[in-house]
Amino acid sequence: MLRSKPLRTLAAALLSLVLMAGAMAGLTFPPLSGRVVDAAHVLNSPTLAKIDAQLQALETKSGIQLEVATVPSLQGQDIAPFANELFRFWKLGEKTTNNGVLLLVAPHEHQVRIEVGYGLEGTLTDVLSNVIITHAMVPHFKNGDISGGVSSGVDDIIAVLSGDKTGWVARQPLRVDSQSSPVGTLISYLLFAVFACFIFWRWQAAGGRRGSMGSAIAGGIMGGMMNSGFGSGGFGSGGGFGGFSGGGGSSGGGGASGGW
Amino acid sequence: MKAVFLRLRLALVLVLTSLVLASCGYNTIPTAQENAKAQWAQVQNQYQRRSDLIPNLVATVQGYAKQEKDVLTAVVEARAKATSVHIDASQLTDPAKLKAFSDAQNQLSGALGHLLAISENYPDLKSNQNFLALQSQLEGTENRISVARRDYIRAVRDYNLSLRTFPSVIWASTFFRSYQPMAEFAADTSAQTPPKVKF
Repeated sequence: MLRSKPLRTLAAALLSLVLMAGAMAGLTFPPLSGRVVDAAHVLNSPTLAKIDAQLQALETKSGIQLEVATVPSLQGQDIAPFANELFRFWKLGEKTTNNGVLLLVAPHEHQVRIEVGYGLEGTLTDVLSNVIITHAMVPHFKNGDISGGVSSGVDDIIAVLSGDKTGWVARQPLRVDSQSSPVGTLISYLLFAVFACFIFWRWQAAGGRRGSMGSAIAGGIMGGMMNSGFGSGGFGSGGGFGGFSGGGGSSGGGGASGGW
Repeated sequence: MKAVFLRLRLALVLVLTSLVLASCGYNTIPTAQENAKAQWAQVQNQYQRRSDLIPNLVATVQGYAKQEKDVLTAVVEARAKATSVHIDASQLTDPAKLKAFSDAQNQLSGALGHLLAISENYPDLKSNQNFLALQSQLEGTENRISVARRDYIRAVRDYNLSLRTFPSVIWASTFFRSYQPMAEFAADTSAQTPPKVKF
């Protein structure tokens, strides 16, 4: 009885981990290979080069990470949740300021979305995003000119982001996500090792009278599981904000969507 | 001398015990609970944001469609009802409370959907800049609501799981007996899709 109950809970824990992994694998995203991820292959090379230079300039000037992406399929999702998950998957923008923006085009579904990170919701508002989509992008898309629409959309987004600074004062408080550092994890590992040695030493010194070896081992297994299975992975997103990685930013669904 | 040594050793044991408790998942349950509560606050914020938009929307529609009194009144009443149902973070363990909240908000969603649908009949209203702006703000807010709800559901799932799974279940059955599982939203797809307006 005593032995089977922890086993059952352990099995439940493992099963739930598998299920969670399955739920996350529901959507597959292209890797963040650059400032423009043209996974649907709909942008021509002059546009790609032009946008890339613009995005780089914006990032150097303001630190804002604007990412342009096209996807071949939304995998049965609406564009809003898809863009939000993709934004979070790529961790666009810096972790502390959440200053990322994702311009996502799904040419086959005829949908487009500007997904705005928490930190820029006050600058690139839903209304402005909507205006950019309906006036700068959709008319081009209707003519079958994806490159032209994306290009003029990027122009307008950059104009909004780098123009009016008054919005910066009134913007919403930034949401900063807490996450434990790899160093903290390492320290807890080391301390646990020290403690395990200590227990072992106590057990030996006491000649096995004070505690049982079994409980010491059980503690060791428990700690090991905790650290390997349930520890938080702070290693994924490098603090860097350079070329081809996100900085750990997040979005709560700000922005606007459109179709054509 | 010996007393000092003993005291030092006692202090060391205390420090190490607390660290080991932390690394064995003692913190998992309170952390998950706080996270779920924070996500709930986010859900309520976004619903609040929606109800803040409504007076403006109603005023704008009224300017063009005074005769749609029933629809406008329904929205105002649904808003009043929805804002009166407020859930404290400590009441999240009560599924009935959460359902009451959800129902009130869903009723408001329905009334809003109806309001946006009738606005189709008024070309002047449809081309009014203020109305268009409000409409895209409303859409954005509906989207934020569905993101916040999704985050809350995930956080609650993590928390409830921590109460039932190893190793944190050890603490759930000893020190954290008062920690009850939280309620999830019933899967209501109609509430998650923003009211659509066809042109």
